[in-house]
Amino acid sequence: MIRWLLLALGGALLGGIVHLATIIILPRTATQDAYARLSRIVPINTVTALPEPTAESAPMPFMDPAFASAVCRYDLSQGPLKLNVPVSLAYTSVSFYTRYDVAYYAINDRAAGRRVIELDLMTVEQHNQMPEDEEITAADRLIVESPTLTGLIAIRALAPEPGFMPMAQSAIANARCVRADEPKPSR
Amino acid sequence: MRLLLGSLFALVVAAVVGLGATYLALTRGAAFGPLTIGSWTAWPKTGTADADPYARASIARIGRLPTALGDGVAFTASADDNGRPLDGRCDVVLAGVTPAARFWTLTLYNADGELVANSIKRSGFTSQEIVRHADGSFEIVAAPRANPNNWLPSGGVVRYVLLLRLYDTAVGVSTKAGREVPMPTVNVRSCP
Repeated sequence: MIRWLLLALGGALLGGIVHLATIIILPRTATQDAYARLSRIVPINTVTALPEPTAESAPMPFMDPAFASAVCRYDLSQGPLKLNVPVSLAYTSVSFYTRYDVAYYAINDRAAGRRVIELDLMTVEQHNQMPEDEEITAADRLIVESPTLTGLIAIRALAPEPGFMPMAQSAIANARCVRADEPKPSR
Repeated sequence: MRLLLGSLFALVVAAVVGLGATYLALTRGAAFGPLTIGSWTAWPKTGTADADPYARASIARIGRLPTALGDGVAFTASADDNGRPLDGRCDVVLAGVTPAARFWTLTLYNADGELVANSIKRSGFTSQEIVRHADGSFEIVAAPRANPNNWLPSGGVVRYVLLLRLYDTAVGVSTKAGREVPMPTVNVRSCP
């Protein structure tokens, strides 16, 4: 009897390890996480508008239907990215997610304090390699460090009333994410 | 033979305990540092780089992008103030005020995070759409049939969740439940 109790206790302890291991491994093996879902519909290093969520279909669960949203799926292996997001009337936010959908940075129009949210996105190594005295480090450009090489930038503009949705969508349509060494596309 | 049987038993116990605990943690949406006010719960830390492994696992399983803390905070309610699960066939009244925020949105989802189909194509309210009382408080009725006041159609689904997202708000990791963070009460008024 004692023997079986000890075995059960040992099994329970091992179960605790199994539990922790599965919790930690799960994000790396998930095939239906937000990044995987979006990878099928958005190309890399460009801003793509997401369809509005409806009862029939949505790109992701739990999307806020009051927002017009776009996504830039980034890959920094070729170099840093420049992000330009014009601010819409009501509320605009830009959130950064790692490859495993962890939000590591977000900024909204008020925090940016200007009509356009301008950011440089780079990895920690790329930031360290940047010459310190160069003009790019001027205070007017915000630098965001990505913990992973790939990830997602979610650009969202609020339509406070349904009638404002076209306006929010057009503001987001002018958002750009481009490689920093490429010439700016003319608008 | 006894050794084999014993270790097999221990391994079965380990698998049941381990996977069972993982399943429970993920379906309950467990994570550290919940901020609970009335029926509403938010996990402000889940929207930061410090998100704990439980939060990361549940984000990956659901397949959503969490609301980043620099953007806002998302409060979830799946039961009313008396602990009754939210049922789309009942009239559920939300009354009161929200914490200070530049904007907020209230959205109704089914248990899988999908919007619920309805005739007027309304799945939520923003802070600007709502009709308020003179003192700034409001009343929203989530019900299957049209209702005076701010009617949020629940489409008659058996279970739903409400998400109240505060955008550009001071509510965050260091917030304690208290008078400065008033959340609307949630009460089932009538059930067929």
